[in-house]
Amino acid sequence: MINISEVLETNKMIDQENLDVRTITLGISLMDCIDSDLDTVKKNIYEKITTTARDLVAVGQEIEAEYGVPIVNKRISVTPVALVGGAACRTSDDYVELAKILDQAAKTVGVNFLGGFSALVSKGMTKSDELLMHAIPKALAVTERVCSSVNVGSTKTGIDMDAVKLMGEIIKETAELTKEEDSLGCAKLVVFCNAPDDNPFMAGAFHGVTEGDAVIHVGVSGPGVVKTALSKVRGENFEVLCETIKKTAFKITRVGQLVAQEASRRLHIPFGIIDLSLAPTPAIGDSVAEILQEIGLERTGAPGTTAALALLNDQVKKGGVMASSYVGGLSGAFIPVSEDQGMIDAVQAGALTLEKLEAMTCVCSVGLDMIAIPGDTTAATISGIIADEMAIGMVNQKTTAVRLIPVVGKGVGEMVEFGGLLGYAPVMPVNAFSCDAFVNRGGRIPAPIHSFKN
Amino acid sequence: MKKLIITVVGHDKVGIIAKVCTYLAENGVNILDISQTIVDGYFNMMMVVDAGRTADVTKLSKELGSIGEEIGVVIHCQHEDIFNMMHRV
Repeated sequence: MINISEVLETNKMIDQENLDVRTITLGISLMDCIDSDLDTVKKNIYEKITTTARDLVAVGQEIEAEYGVPIVNKRISVTPVALVGGAACRTSDDYVELAKILDQAAKTVGVNFLGGFSALVSKGMTKSDELLMHAIPKALAVTERVCSSVNVGSTKTGIDMDAVKLMGEIIKETAELTKEEDSLGCAKLVVFCNAPDDNPFMAGAFHGVTEGDAVIHVGVSGPGVVKTALSKVRGENFEVLCETIKKTAFKITRVGQLVAQEASRRLHIPFGIIDLSLAPTPAIGDSVAEILQEIGLERTGAPGTTAALALLNDQVKKGGVMASSYVGGLSGAFIPVSEDQGMIDAVQAGALTLEKLEAMTCVCSVGLDMIAIPGDTTAATISGIIADEMAIGMVNQKTTAVRLIPVVGKGVGEMVEFGGLLGYAPVMPVNAFSCDAFVNRGGRIPAPIHSFKN
Repeated sequence: MKKLIITVVGHDKVGIIAKVCTYLAENGVNILDISQTIVDGYFNMMMVVDAGRTADVTKLSKELGSIGEEIGVVIHCQHEDIFNMMHRV
């Protein structure tokens, strides 16, 4: 039988070390909502979401109360809307209408974010994809809970540089349309390479076409728990360090597995995957950067950071894999700047730069995440940064992403406040040398040689 | 049988167990096991209880929480599975 010290250990993780389940995300296929009439599509989408997700929030709260573990977010991901709206949407404004109906459905069922205003264009863009991409700025400005993502590359297809170029412009436009709120729209927009079909985390979640009609994915968290465990093995060698991370990751993931199973049983919706990510929040003690410091770095960004992050990411997976029957999604340590107090401190102390963050994304998921950059950064420069990050994903056969916020009217060093889980961030400097001629070439970067495995 | 784990953590004082047990008795919850320990001057108690098949765990948990607030300790009431999952392979 369970003993008192084990019970107290678990409760200490929850009460003092911010152990929580970050999200239960219900993936819903909208393929059966397709119609050539826009109003019919809107009606179908609203009905499908509000019916399928009717009990999501209530069941989440029930599980939370019974097991005593906080479930921070209940969310929804849907089929990439460019696939659903293709037959009905003639203009970008038609897509904005679909975004509005998604927002309305999200509010009705009480979820805080809904992901899937997305297009998958890793090899090329259809007319429908282009219309959706042009609709993103307005869609994110007029809705509150809708999140958008665009997959512009993959290891198998290479990188669609036309889409990369366009996304640089779209990000700028999104920033401009939401400038009253520190360009908040960009915090709801992710550009991907190798985007997973079953990611439960926002803003990049969508319900891939390879998934079933509805599915439950769970994202776990718990950087604070790992940090506390590591504080007990200071000065020990790497073997002890790695074992400690692995054991802790196992425990954290088991909680996610329990919540996922229960949610699936109660909602009568199949369980998909557990995403083994260490997701930080701006709360003190809920930081991935603090784990890196505990491993032995004065600040995140110091030499050794990439190695420390690589081992952290790997041990979290090794511990987590055994704890869950299915793992997937992004599964890795997140390093968003604005959502992690330790990262914010590192930037302010001058320890962490955009270039070091880029290096760190080679060894962990997910990418350049929640980074505020000067509002006068050009679209071409943003496209160049995206292209770099996509190349890292393409060549390393991993997911990479870019979520940059060019904050209109703000310059290097100024603070930007996004609020809530999105946190706040200092504006970081960007390399000012031009990449216009590179970005403007047009066409595709071919898939790397090691993708030809057949 | 729905097995729940009730934990009480806080400064030791007279009547903590009495108060919790009275509430449990009034609500038809059977106590299977009690263990307690003092860590760093803090009173730590764990009870394993059987709340029957139909118990409303959310309600029990909420009411025990308020009793805790009344007497100045923290009381949690959780389904045992969270501990089994985390500590048993």
